Amino acid sequence: MKSTFIMEKQQDYIRDLSEIRSMMERSTKFLSLSGWAGIMAGVYALIGAYLAHYVFGFTSPGLNNGSGTYSHYAGNLDEILLLGFAVLVLAIGTAAVLSGRKAKKRNEKLWNATSRRLMFNMSVPLIAGGLFVLILISKGLIGFIAPVTLIFYGFSLYIAGRYTYEDVKILGLIQIALGLAGAWFLGLGLLFWALGFGVGHIIYGIYVHYKYER
Amino acid sequence: MKAQVNSLHKAFESRIRLGIMSALAVNDTLDFNALKEYLDVTDGNLASHLKALEKEEFIGVEKSFVGRKPNTKYFMTKEGRDAFLEHLSILEKLVKSHK
Repeated sequence: MKSTFIMEKQQDYIRDLSEIRSMMERSTKFLSLSGWAGIMAGVYALIGAYLAHYVFGFTSPGLNNGSGTYSHYAGNLDEILLLGFAVLVLAIGTAAVLSGRKAKKRNEKLWNATSRRLMFNMSVPLIAGGLFVLILISKGLIGFIAPVTLIFYGFSLYIAGRYTYEDVKILGLIQIALGLAGAWFLGLGLLFWALGFGVGHIIYGIYVHYKYER
Repeated sequence: MKAQVNSLHKAFESRIRLGIMSALAVNDTLDFNALKEYLDVTDGNLASHLKALEKEEFIGVEKSFVGRKPNTKYFMTKEGRDAFLEHLSILEKLVKSHK
C-alpha cells in the first residue's frame, strides 16, 4: 500500500518538474515554427525566381562596364515587385497555417506573448530593409534590391534565434553572407537570392523537420 | 523524509500557481493576458491564483495605463524567487531519492 502511494507521489513530482520546464520554455521561446513552412517558403522563392528570370526576363542588373553608371532593368519592374510580394504573402500565409497546426498539437497558442515578441523583434530589421529597398528603387539601384533583402532578412533571423530555435541564427548568418556576396557579384543578385531564400529555406526546413518534428 | 515532504510550499500545490511562477521565473514581467494565454485558464481562475501568490508576497504587481486601458504586469519578488528555487530543489531531491 505504502509503496504505491510513494510511487504515485513520485509521478506527481516528475510531472511537476516537467511542467515547470515546459512553461519556462514556452514563455521564452516559440517552438511551434513548422519545418514544412520553411520548405514551402523555399519552394515558393525558387518558383518566383524562376518566373522572374525565365518568364519576365529579369536579371538583377550589375554595373555598366567602365561607365560607372548603373544599368537599368529594361522590363517592367512592377511585375517583378508584384511577384516578389506574392511570394512573401504565400510564404507567410503557409507559415501561419502550418505553425498554427503545430501549435495546436503542442497545446500552445499560435498568437501568444512569445510569438508576438518574436514577430515584433523580427519586424524591426525587416521594416528598415523594406524602406531601404524603396529608396533603392527610387534611386534606380535595382541591382542592389536582391542582396539588400537577403542582408536585412538575415539580421531579422539572427535576432529571431533568441525567441525560437537557436539554429535560426545560423540561417540568418548564411543569408547575410549570401547578401554580401550578391552585392559584390552585382549582376548575380537573383542567383544568390534564389540560393538564400530558396535553397536555404528548404535545407533549413528539412533540418528542423528531422531534428524536432519526428 | 517526512520533513522534506512537509517543506514543499503549500502555495505551489496548485499546478496553475506553479505555472505562473515558472513563467515569471524566466520573464522580467508578464501581463495578465500573456499569463492567461500560457496557462489556458479563465480570467476569474487566474485572478484568484494571482491574488493568492500576491498575498504570499511571491509576486508583485505593476499597474499602468496603455492609452485608457489599464495594464497589469506581474513580476516575481525576491521572496518568490527564493521559495520557487527551493521548491524546485526539493522536487528534484524527492525524485532522485526514490530512483
